[in-house]
Amino acid sequence: MIEGIATLATLGFTLGLFLALAARFLKVEADPIVDDITAMLPGSNCGQCGFAGCGQAAEAMAEGTATLDICPPGGKGLIENLAARLGVDWDFSNSTTNTVPMLAYVQEATCIGCTRCFKACPTDAIIGAPKQMHSVIDSACNGCTLCIDVCPTECLQMVEVKTTLTNWRWNKPLPLAQLPLAA
Amino acid sequence: MPKLSIRGGVHPDEHKLTNEITITRVPTPERLYLPLKQHIGAPAAPDKVIHEIIHKGQIIARAQGSVSANIHAPCSGYVEQITDWAAPHPSGLPTRTMVLVNDGRELRDDVSTPVNPLFLRPEVIAERVSQAGIVGLGGATFPSAVKLTLGQSRNTPVLIINGCECEPYLTCDDRLMQERTQAVMDGIQLLAQALYGPDTIIAIERNKPEAIRLMEIACKDFGNIRVMAVPTRYPMGSEKQLIEYITGRQVPAGKLSADIGVTLHNISTAYAISNAVRHGKPLTHRIVTVAGDAVKRPGNYEVPIGMLISDLLAFCGLKEEPQRILMGGPMMGQALPHAEIPITKGCNGVLAMSRAEVKNSTEHPCIRCASCVDACPIGLSPLTMAAMLKKDKLDQAVDIGLKDCILCGSCSFACPSAIPLVHYFNYGKGELLIRGQQQQKDDEIKRLIQGRQVRMAQQEKEKEEMIAKRMQAIAKRKAAEKAAAEQNSEKEIA
Repeated sequence: MIEGIATLATLGFTLGLFLALAARFLKVEADPIVDDITAMLPGSNCGQCGFAGCGQAAEAMAEGTATLDICPPGGKGLIENLAARLGVDWDFSNSTTNTVPMLAYVQEATCIGCTRCFKACPTDAIIGAPKQMHSVIDSACNGCTLCIDVCPTECLQMVEVKTTLTNWRWNKPLPLAQLPLAA
Repeated sequence: MPKLSIRGGVHPDEHKLTNEITITRVPTPERLYLPLKQHIGAPAAPDKVIHEIIHKGQIIARAQGSVSANIHAPCSGYVEQITDWAAPHPSGLPTRTMVLVNDGRELRDDVSTPVNPLFLRPEVIAERVSQAGIVGLGGATFPSAVKLTLGQSRNTPVLIINGCECEPYLTCDDRLMQERTQAVMDGIQLLAQALYGPDTIIAIERNKPEAIRLMEIACKDFGNIRVMAVPTRYPMGSEKQLIEYITGRQVPAGKLSADIGVTLHNISTAYAISNAVRHGKPLTHRIVTVAGDAVKRPGNYEVPIGMLISDLLAFCGLKEEPQRILMGGPMMGQALPHAEIPITKGCNGVLAMSRAEVKNSTEHPCIRCASCVDACPIGLSPLTMAAMLKKDKLDQAVDIGLKDCILCGSCSFACPSAIPLVHYFNYGKGELLIRGQQQQKDDEIKRLIQGRQVRMAQQEKEKEEMIAKRMQAIAKRKAAEKAAAEQNSEKEIA
């Protein structure tokens, strides 16, 4: 019995040492660009991009396998930042993704106070208590839609951010129409 | 020594046809609409409830935070409702507004006024200006008391009173100086007193000879107050341009005029300060120039703040349905979507333009004539900035000075191709603002996400600890039971 224990212990110790040394000396440096992109992304891991989380999406973007407009919560500003970091030109007119900012909204009539949405919310943007109506704090919601999936009564909906005097802005002047050349 | 003129600028047709018409007092309409935000800074908070009786001059909404202003009732009556009403803004989006019903009785609380306010300490004058809800009446609507306090703490040696009124059509400051010279002069003295007696210069454009003459007579007795006639050139009345012209020093980008030792106030503000400090009358009325070819009786009107533009235009009479309604002057004024919008503290003019007056020139390609570069008072290159903004290259536009643009409109005016240059800069500045807001929100959300993760980890740890504790407790109890059982069995054996 002692032999067996000794063998396994030695084996375990040697392999452990080997792994520890390998982790120290054969370390693969993470691409700094991935870290940069991860820092830019919202970090709510909502999965609207089709990846498991923001980290994976960042890797895909760095490799060039994902387009820059896959993140709805990030919106237009994020695309601009990403394009600047990755050194690419981004033409907004080609983008198919909806970049209109969205917010979650609780329909008061159908909310049963089940608390599932605020447990799912990564930004603590939903407040409420069991069997009490819940509500979304607009300034904390980034539109990740994680709460939509867990709501049993479909009382949560995504709505467009309302235009108010604080976020209203001038539209872009229409481009000059092609003028007929003088004959 | 001042230079010959300012850099750039343009000289649009003056249209100052109302400068010889006496100021008319407009009767208070049945209802007044007072937005809670008529100034730069946080909106005021209502101090009266719905159906509460109000007297003329009472505070109906109080300033919130350090940069904000009180709002007073221009009439006696009661508060009908506090609702969302179209804001004096090109979008016409709703803003919180108090609706007052005028009972026509002009009831007023007694106010105690100091015998001679010129003996008051500077801090007390600033406090009274703040109480009276006075903001920069030239259009900037920055709370005047904040400016005074800043000037007091920085001890600014120069006070400039801005009587340039370089916008075409507008003549309200001109008329004030001509008709109410003594009150304006009193306000200027109070301002000088509040700033520990600085060197005071009243700047008036040369196209107002009568105002210059009267103001010169009025300040003959004061050694430290003098009138300076400045060239007629738009935008002479812009704060930074005027300061550079008079002192020869530029306000650095992103800095305040107080940083180079200058405080600047408008003529209308000086008048309002005299009313407030000398007579205890808060800011409830202002002089508004009503002009434009669609108006039957153009002129200067003393209007209660909160009066709807439609009511004012009805009082002045309309020759035809106006094609465009502007709040402010034609260069920097805002086109309003309709006339059911109230006059606010910062509104110095209402222009109802006729169909013939509104130019509808079509845009042509840029011919690179650089007229806009010559016209820009800041020394920017509007054609380059517009080209960048056309392609949404916001960062590049910021690099060449988008943030320094004062949106004066000289470039658009000078452009022979009618390119909406200033519209591009408005667009660019709006995008910058949104970007800043979004960045702030993103940072906040990141903080929330991290906070939640830390909390979740903490909860998990606590749960594990609790389970471990409970397991320990169970183990202890079992051991104790076992020991007891053993003891018992031992006893039995014994």
